[in-house]
Parts: sequence; C-alpha cells; structure tokens
Amino acid sequence: MIWRYILKRILWMVPFLFAVSVVAFLLIQAPPGDYLTTYIAKLGESNEVLDQASVDNLRQRFGLDRPLYVQYFKWVSRLLVGDFGMSFEWRQPVSDLVWERMGLTLCLSLATLLFTWAISFPIGIYSAVHKYSIGDYVATTIGFIGLATPNFLLALILMYIGVVHFGADVGGLFSPAYKNAPWSWDKIVDLSKHLWLPVVVLGTGSTASLIRVMRANLLDELNKPYVDTARAKGLSEFWLIMKYPVRVALNPFISTIGWVLPNLVSGAVVTAIVLGLPTAGPLMLQALLSQDMYLAGAFVLLLSSLTVVGMLISDILLVFLDPRVTYE
Amino acid sequence: MSETAGPELTVDIGQHRDRYDIASQWQLTWWAFKKHHLAMIGLWVIGLMYLISLVCEFTAPEDPFIQHRRAVFHPPQMIHFIDVREDGWSFHPYVEKMTRKRDPKTLAITYTPSGENIYLKFFGKGTPYKFWGLWEADVHLFATENPRDKFFLFGADRLGRDMFSRVMYGTRISMSIGLVGVVISLILGISLGGVSGYYGGRIDALIQRLIEFVLSLPTIPIWLALAAALPASWPIYQQYFVITLIVSLVGWTELGRVVRGRFLAMKNEDFVVAARLDGASEARIIGRHMLPSLTSHIIASLTLAIPLMILAETGLSFLGLGLQPPAISWGVLLKEAQNIRSISQAPWLFIPGGFVVIAVLAFNFLGDGMRDAADPYGN
Repeated sequence: MIWRYILKRILWMVPFLFAVSVVAFLLIQAPPGDYLTTYIAKLGESNEVLDQASVDNLRQRFGLDRPLYVQYFKWVSRLLVGDFGMSFEWRQPVSDLVWERMGLTLCLSLATLLFTWAISFPIGIYSAVHKYSIGDYVATTIGFIGLATPNFLLALILMYIGVVHFGADVGGLFSPAYKNAPWSWDKIVDLSKHLWLPVVVLGTGSTASLIRVMRANLLDELNKPYVDTARAKGLSEFWLIMKYPVRVALNPFISTIGWVLPNLVSGAVVTAIVLGLPTAGPLMLQALLSQDMYLAGAFVLLLSSLTVVGMLISDILLVFLDPRVTYE
Repeated sequence: MSETAGPELTVDIGQHRDRYDIASQWQLTWWAFKKHHLAMIGLWVIGLMYLISLVCEFTAPEDPFIQHRRAVFHPPQMIHFIDVREDGWSFHPYVEKMTRKRDPKTLAITYTPSGENIYLKFFGKGTPYKFWGLWEADVHLFATENPRDKFFLFGADRLGRDMFSRVMYGTRISMSIGLVGVVISLILGISLGGVSGYYGGRIDALIQRLIEFVLSLPTIPIWLALAAALPASWPIYQQYFVITLIVSLVGWTELGRVVRGRFLAMKNEDFVVAARLDGASEARIIGRHMLPSLTSHIIASLTLAIPLMILAETGLSFLGLGLQPPAISWGVLLKEAQNIRSISQAPWLFIPGGFVVIAVLAFNFLGDGMRDAADPYGN
C-alpha cells in the first residue's frame, strides 16, 4: 500500500516537471528580442556593427529562427539526455557552468534546513511548555522580527557589522586561496567556516515560522486527556512531553519541508547576490539580464525541480512517520 | 426557593447576555479584536503609514528629487523640541546646524556640529509641490523658519537628496503596491478557490493541482525571470502595475486555499441547503449567503498577504529588477545601501529597511489579531 502510494506520487512528478519545463521555457522566452538583439546592442556600444547576413547566420546557428514550439521540443529532448545546450555568453556548455553552482546551492539549502530544525525544534517546545513565560515572549518577539526582516537586509546588516566592527569581509563562501582550487578536505573545512553567515541569514525567516508552527501544534496537544493520564501515572515530565505530544505535533513540522525548501531556494538567490556567494543566484540573475536563455532556463528549471523534489520527499516522509495519513 | 432568588439573578445575567445576544457579527468581531493589544498597535501603525502615503507631499519637508551638492552624505539631525537658553526654556523645535569640512589630504568630507541651531516651525512654507499632482501648495508639516536652511532628519544620500522626504514618498509606493496586489490576489483567489470548493469534483482537483504547482515553484527565480522581461524604458506607472501583477501571481494561492476550505465546509450547512431548496440561484447562494460569513476570514488572510507583497517588491527593486530609479520605493532606496562602501560611510541608508520591518511586523500583528477575531462565535 505504502509502496503503491510512493510510486503513484513519483509518477505525479512527470506532469509536474513537464509543467515546470514549459513555465521555464516561456519565462526565458518572455523578454522582447532574443540573445542576438542583446548581443548586437552590446557590439553597438563598442561601435562594431554586424551585417544582416551574419546576424541571420548566427540566428540560424542558434536555432532562433524556428517557431517557438520547435525550439521548445528541441530544448526538452536534449534535456532528457542531460544536454542543457550552450551558453551564448560564456561559449560553454551550460552543464559545465551549472552543476557546481547548483551543488553549492543544494548544500547551502540543506545546511540551512538542518539549522532551522535544530533551532526551532527545542525553542518551539520550550515556548509551548512554558506558555506566556518570559522565554516564550522573547522567542516570539525574535521570531516575529526574523519573519519581518528581508533576508538581504539582514545580510547587509551583518556585513556592515563585520566590516565596521571586526574589519573583516564576511561575504563569499571561500577564502581567496581556495576560490579556484580543486575540491579537497581543506577546501571543505574552509567552506564550513564561511557557510554559517549565509545559513543564519537564510534560516531566520523559516526558523521564526517553524517555531510558531511547533508551538501551536504542541499547544493543541498539551491539553488532551492522554497527557493528563500519562502525568497521573507518574511519568517524568520530560519523557511525558517528548514521547507523546511532541511525537504527534511533529507531523505538520515534517510537512513543512515542502514549503520551507521553496522559500530557502528563493531566499538563497537574493542573499547570494548580496553576499557574493558562488551559488546559482548571481549567475542566474546575470543570465536573465543578458538573455542568455539556455543558461537562465537551466537555472529556473533546476531550482524549480529542486523544490518539487522537496515536496515529494516531505510527502513520502510523512507517510512513513504517520500511519494515519491516507494514501489516496 | 428558586422562585424567590430567580428573578434577580436572571435580570443580572440577562443584561450581560443581552449585549452579546443582540450584537451584530461585526460588533462581536470588533470586541474580540480589541482584546488583542499587539493587533491594536499594528492597526495604529498601519493607519499612520497609510496616512503618510496619502499626504506624503505634505509630510516630506523637501522635494525628494532635489540634489544638494553641498550635503552629500549629510548625517541625520535629531529634532530637539525644547530650546534651553540663558533666559529660560521654551517650546521651539530646532536641529543643530552642521558645518562641512573637507580634509585637505584625504579629501574626505566630514560634518561637525557648528553650535548654531536651525529653527523649525509646524505648517511652515517650504518647497512648492503639487498635491496629488493636482493642486499647487507649499505648506509642509514642518519647515525651516529660514527657507534657505536645509535639514536632514534621516541624513542625505550620495547625491545629497533628503532621505526623510524620500522615505515618505517611498512609503506611498511600497504601501500601495501591497494594497493593489492584494486586490488582484483577492479576485483570483475568491473566484478560483470558490469554484473549487463549491463545485468540487474534477474541477476542484484541477484547481488544487494548479495551486500545488504554483506553491511548489520557487518564487524569487520566477519573479526575477518575469521582471527581467520588463523593458526598463517603460514609464513608471506601467512598471508599477506590472510589478504588482507579478507579485500577486503567487499571493492568490493561499487565499484560494482558505476560500476553498470554507466553501467545502459550508456548502452542506443548513442555511445553504435551505437557500438551495428555496430555489435561490447559485449566484445568490454564493454572493448573499456564503460570502458574507467568509468576509472576516478573507480580510484576515488579505492582511497577512500584504506584507509578503511588500517584501517581494522590496526584494525585486533592491536587485534592480523591480521599480527603476526615478520611482521611489523602499526597495529602490535600499538599493543605495547595496555596497559595503556606501553603508559603512552612511549607515543611515538602512533607515528604509527599518520601515519595511515595521510595516511587515505591523501587518503580521494586525493579521494575527484579525484571524483570532474572525470567528467571534468560537468562544
């Protein structure tokens, strides 16, 4: 039964991913003109002029003269074999440019997700158990401020504090020495030293909302008779709370992966641009601005797929954790 | 025994209950809402902000576009209300005048208090402006007594423009984008969510998949891609409208879910069935019987959707993909704070960010209070 549900859920991904690819393609086609118009304008700035024949030639080479649906099917059929096309601007296969950045984006998002859980789980439980205590108010207040502060503003403020009070540039993910070095243990250690800032910046918003979710769920459970029964039987307060109400309150917490991940991926784009991280965000922005359509398309597609997969994982986890969830 | 004590008691309880029994739903909601102190504070803050955005020409002491070359990165000046002199004190608001010095070696400009005061007066005459672009006027909430003096409550930016005035004008755009965006979300959310919940079945499944799909898309990459498609040469109002549209494309899903859930729960309630048996048309059942009992919930969800749109606009404009510079919004202003050099020199460029945070907090408090009060029969 569970396996059938999972299989069905995975099959559902196919139309979803198809829709995602159509949206991604339409989005990168939406700007007026194409890469060539941008390219010609750029050449024009340095007083070079391209004659009509070579424009047509280029347009044909990139396949920009075909109707839209032909371009789409060519793009998608190549995608299926892992070919993302050529980046006009970089004159390189898109897949060479994309994967390392996507890897770092994924790494950043997962680290943030773990951070978010690690912080919001205990604080949420504390707030609920000690409802209306000073600690609860402090947590709620910080949570609200975290929710209201845009990520990029927080990033800017932390950078400001870093530069003015510590005299250190806190941007980036690597020290200059490791920026272009191949992957090694030292480079990973270096990465972990830089990762905390973007993780904190990205995590505050979702931490705040997860604390509220956890607190609200647990508060609903704490008043139920089974808690009184367990208490009457003499179970220690800590085990009593951890074993039953927390266990029940955990379900909505798990299902939040589904919406936390899209938020993280989204937030990561802006934060990365501010902090100058070598993740997907800055390159995607640049590609969008110069209408480098295959590169931009690959990013929009991959980032969207990432969140769709996140939803799938959270649905599957939920089925394993809660036998009451129906597999309809 | 009970006969003798009865009448007094019932009169007492009766009076108390009467007030609640005859109160309209809106009155009950208002009473429940008033108990929520944070929500009341939020209501006042938001009211004040919308008041500012209505009359920002009047509250801003200066034209937000005028550049003062001798006031580049001028630091903020505090308003002092009580003027203490040798012959006693009086109520006379003033700011301290700053003198500008250029370091002969580093060429860095510094501002130091000169010891003189610039006196201000309320409803004084200042830079002329066109109120709402219609009427000529020159009265400001406060202006310098000597029109040649300038003062900078929130400092000045790199072109010597008055940040306070710019923030006031930014309030108008940023706060109204939230409102307009929410109206668009409202239309989409109510129509799609309503259809989904009322008819159910296949169309419900279809709309639910659509909502799931939109929710699973990472918003910012999509917004970026959409906003990058806008030609930068468009006039401001056109940019404004399209940005609002983009921002609200995602906002409607939450509302759609709320409306659908309520419709599903309500469509088999006795009063709806009764209306249907009476032969009321579907439009009448939905419009006259179902929607009114949803209104308070809808208003609460709308209030919680506005801050998301404000944040979205701020983020887009900050990246340079939203509104473009001649337009002023909080995001456009924060774009000035983008590089570390200008913010370490002029930390007051962060002030618009403070406004974003306050507005978003206020909307969240207000929305939370409204949601709790939306169902006054609960307790």
